[in-house]
Formats: sequence, structure tokens, C-alpha cells
Amino acid sequence: MNKWDDNRAWLLVLPVFVIVAFSAIIPLMTVVNYSVQDIFGPGQRVFVGTEWYQEVLFDRRLREALWRQFLFSGLALLFEMPLGVLIALAMPKRGPGVSVTLVLLALPLLIPWNVIGTIWIIFTRPDIGLLGATVNGLGILFDHTSSPLDAWITVVAMEVWHWTPLVALLAYAGLRAIPEAYFQAARIDGASAWDVFRFIQLPKLRGVLTISLLLRFMDSFLIYAEPFVLTGGGPGNATTFLSIYLVKLAVGQFDLGPAAAFSIIYFLIILLFSWLFYQALQNVGTGDKR
Amino acid sequence: MARIVFDAIAHSYLKTPPSEVSAPEVSAADGDWALRDIDQTWEDGGAYALLGPSGCGKTTLLNVISGLIAPTRGRILFDDRDVTGLTPRARNIAQVFQFPVIYDTMTVEENLAFPLRNRGLGRAETRTRVAEVAETLDLTVDLKRRARGLSVDAKQKISLGRGLVRDDVAAILFDEPLTVIDPHLKWLLRRKLKEIHERFHLTLIYVTHDQNEALTFADRVAVMNEGRILQVGSPRALFEAPRHTFVGYFIGSPGMNLIPCRIADGAAVVDDGIDGARIALDPALAARAAAATAPIELGIRPEFLRLADAPGEGAVAVAIAGVEDLGTYKLVTARLGPHRLKIKLGEDAPTPAERAHLIFPRERTIVYAGGRLVEGEAREGS
Repeated sequence: MNKWDDNRAWLLVLPVFVIVAFSAIIPLMTVVNYSVQDIFGPGQRVFVGTEWYQEVLFDRRLREALWRQFLFSGLALLFEMPLGVLIALAMPKRGPGVSVTLVLLALPLLIPWNVIGTIWIIFTRPDIGLLGATVNGLGILFDHTSSPLDAWITVVAMEVWHWTPLVALLAYAGLRAIPEAYFQAARIDGASAWDVFRFIQLPKLRGVLTISLLLRFMDSFLIYAEPFVLTGGGPGNATTFLSIYLVKLAVGQFDLGPAAAFSIIYFLIILLFSWLFYQALQNVGTGDKR
Repeated sequence: MARIVFDAIAHSYLKTPPSEVSAPEVSAADGDWALRDIDQTWEDGGAYALLGPSGCGKTTLLNVISGLIAPTRGRILFDDRDVTGLTPRARNIAQVFQFPVIYDTMTVEENLAFPLRNRGLGRAETRTRVAEVAETLDLTVDLKRRARGLSVDAKQKISLGRGLVRDDVAAILFDEPLTVIDPHLKWLLRRKLKEIHERFHLTLIYVTHDQNEALTFADRVAVMNEGRILQVGSPRALFEAPRHTFVGYFIGSPGMNLIPCRIADGAAVVDDGIDGARIALDPALAARAAAATAPIELGIRPEFLRLADAPGEGAVAVAIAGVEDLGTYKLVTARLGPHRLKIKLGEDAPTPAERAHLIFPRERTIVYAGGRLVEGEAREGS
């Protein structure tokens, strides 16, 4: 029997096509469409080829924003991953403490992103903020609205405060999934606590750590709302990250063409790095060459 | 290697255990104690199996030996040295778990060397020991490979090997180690274990709920139920003279027939719905049983019952309720009044008619009072 006789099967796949088309393909193609045209107004458009791409790639401010973005994501991962694992290791394993710590950890994740920015504005204000006033009271000048370094410290601290709990929760779930026999065998083999971490817990956490690293890289690379509310990209351009610059370009200056070209490049960068991280983490410590 | 002695070991997982371990008569309803006052000696170089249903305390007992659990009460001695407060590492015990435990990131060689490295053994000596153990377990070709890529049975051999590398190990404990292994490999690994036992004369304690595994592996089998060791003996002793009705019922497939009865005139009288069926007993046994105050039960293995067509001396009339042909033997279910008995017949034996006569061989018929075996004089020393 010819398997192509019955075309009704397409009807069953259709909903998936429609959903994917509207959620991903059509919006992406709109951006591609913008990125190769110069649009003056409704109905007035000129095909410009790769002109926007060239312009964007040689834009100095964009390149600066890109390095800033890498530095920010790098710092975020550097603090969040080890801190998250440490918190997960220190969390209670049973008893009423478990639910208490879980709820406490989940709190920052439940707050809307722009509210996080507002919380940190108040928290770090030199005159009334709990942190800002305390630090300044100790005689250390700290003001993220005037000092680029202070702005960076504040933005990174906010990111770490906001997202370390996610890494910790994932790592905690991973740790709980390790069968008790592994720890018993390690005690019988005379392993130290460090050995248990190195040879049992860390290898068993590979999966969840890969996922949390990917999530945290992508999310921190796309960060917008919190630093936008907190610093607005300043002082100067000190904390203008890629998405903040992109919004300025598209909405502020209405340069839809360059903004679209830039979006495509942004998307490709994230795709590339996620793939690299994934490959690296899948192979680390296994000794398998793929 | 060591002789391991349990001195009144009791363990409860509750934070505040009930102050007294309850008496055997009421034990069934009392789940607070996982182990109840166990006194037991595990001889040096013995191959023991711990057999019992799920939740009977087998694993708890094993963890008490290895030191993963500190018993609530009692002392544990290795060669007359009190080790109750010592860590697993200090006790120098090896334990193999139900699921293979290997260190994923290490090679097979590093896995085997790990316990030695932690004890600060020299490099050269470690290498020799690892090579020896790998040879014994047929792991030599895999030594340089990552352990995580190996099959389940190879991984379980690595877990075992981590115990064997320490030549001064006090005992090797097995907690249902073959559960996840394929049936045909199970047989090979079990033979390997026996071989290792014969070669190194280690004390092995093997937990299982599979009686075939226990009976083929061990010289001595300890049957546990509800936190107590009911009997320790050779597979043959457990089969022929179970000291407790639970042992009789748990060992054997199907288990021992147990029928409530009373003793009168040197015979057991079983309610058959008419005027009572008389089953003749050994006179000495009957005399002791008559003296017991607890409820009396008659016990006989399905293998020892015989069927006759015609009534005869000592035969009891029964109704045949069903016959199952199990390939190598026939299993007959007979009704005697309200009781049901299982009879194992050879494959060539004629299938009985609706009514038959059951013969209880006198030397195989035993009596329990309150669940415990009534010793007949003839049976002593077996």
C-alpha cells in the first residue's frame, strides 16, 4: 500500500505548524524582512541588501555594548554557578527546614523583573537605602548613579541575588536524586567529604548544571528590564547592554532596519554560544571524544 | 577477616523508641523496632545468606555490621573488639549494594584503587592489588576504560572489586547485589562469588529475598522475620527441620503444610469435618507435644506426603481439589475438612482421582507448639 494515499495525516500535523509559524517563524521572518529594507513609512520601502548589517557591524557603540554584555554574562555565571551549588549543598535534606528554605529561595524568582530594579534602586540609595546608607555610613563612597564601577557592582549583585536561587533549586533537585547507596559506598571506601563532592556529587550534577548554565547564559545575555529600571544604561553608557542599546535604536531613534539587522546578529550569537556550552559540558570529564 | 558477634543488638528508626522490646507473642503488631534483641555469631570465613521477606530488617542488620547505622542498643564485636562506635572506614568492611555504585569520572583502575588510595597505600602495592583483583573478576581488559560506559554486570563487579582489593577486609556484605543483573549473568556472577569465597576464605554475608539464591550461595542461611533471626542453619536443616513455622512456610516452593491439630493417644487429631482424622506421630514427639500448652500445629513438607488409592494403615481420606502440572512435577491440592494441603508428586505419578488417601510418613511429620518446633528425641543433632 502506498503510504502517500491518505493525505488526511497532514491535518494532524497542521496545529503544530500553525503554532510554530505564529510563535517563531513569522516574527523572525518579519525581522529578517526589516533587516534588508529601508522603511520610510507605510508603503514606502527600498531593498538595501546587506547595508544595515555592515553598518551595525562597524558601529563602535554596538561593539562596546557587546563586550559589556559578555563581561556581564561572564561575571553572572562566575558567581551564580558556584554559589548556587554551595547553597544547594548546605540546604537541609529533611525536616521542616526543607520547605522553609525552598520558599525563601523561590521568593526572588517570583518578583516581576521591573520591580526587582525598583527594589534595588531603593536598597542602594545613599540617603535612605539599607545597603547604600550603611556602606556610605561606613565611610565608603558608594553611588551607582555617578560611579560606573558602583553601577556595575550593583547590577551584577542584583543579577546574582535574583538568579542564584534558580541554580540552587536545580542543583538541589539534582543532589536529592543521587541514590543513598553512593554516599554509603563512599563512607565504606573511606572517601573524604571533598572526594564525595568531586567524584559523586559533581559528576551526578552534570545534567542539571548544563541546563542551568544554558538558562543563565541565555537569560543574562538578554537582560533588559532590571538594569534599565536601575541605571537606565548609565552613568554614561557604562551599563548599556545589548538589549538596552537595541531598544534605544529601534524605539528611541526609530532605526528599524539597523535594529532588525542587529537583532538577527544577537540571536545568532546566543545560538552559537548555547551550542558551544552544550557541547563542552556534554563532553567534560567523560573522556569520550565526539 | 574477623568473627563478628552481635550482643543483644536492637535498632529502632524512631527518635524515641519504646523502652522495651516487645515479647515475641505480640511482636507482629509492633513495628517500632527494626531489629529486636539479636544475639548472633558470624564465624570467620563463613558464607552466610540472610533470607527474609521485604521489611524484615535484613538491610538494617547489614548496615549495623558495616557501621552505616549505629544500633539503638547492644554491642557489636569483631574478634572480641568492640566496634559499636566505629565508622565504616575504621571497621574495614566492604559492602556491595543493590545497584552498582561506581565513580563515573574514574577509569575502572582508578575505581578499584580508590579505597586503597584513601588508606594511603603505596603506588606500587596498589597497582599489584588492583591487577590481582581485576584478574580474578575478569576486568583486566577494561582497566583503562571509563567505568560509566560499562554494562551493569561489569559495574557490579567493580563494586565488588573495591571490596576485594583490601586484603585485610573484615567481611564483605552483599545487599541483594544481583537484583538488576540479567538472569543468565546472575548465574555466572553467583558462581564467581562462590569461587572467590573458596579462594580467599572471606566472611561473606549476603542479603536476599530469593530463597534459591540464598540456598545455592551460602553454607549457612539465616532466616529473618519481623526483626528477629528465627533460625540459622544449613539449607538442608532449614528444609528438613524448620525450627519455626515461618521458616517452614517461607523456605520451599510451595512452603510447608501447617495444620492446626490436637494431640491424643500418641497421634495428632486433625478436624476433618467428621470425627477427626488421626495422624500417628513418633511416640517421644507426641509425649512432648502433649505437654505443651500453646496451640499445636502439624507440619509436613509437600515433598514428603504420599498418595494412595486404597485406605490403609495410617492413611487419611482426602478430597482432591486440583492438580497443576508444572513441567517437572505435579502439584496436588487436597482438602481435609476445612484444611488445604499441597502435595508434590513426580511428573510420572498417576493423576489422583477425586478421592484419595494421604500418607504422612512418621519420620517426616513434625509438630509446632505456638509456632516453635517441638523437638523429638530422634531429631537431635541433625
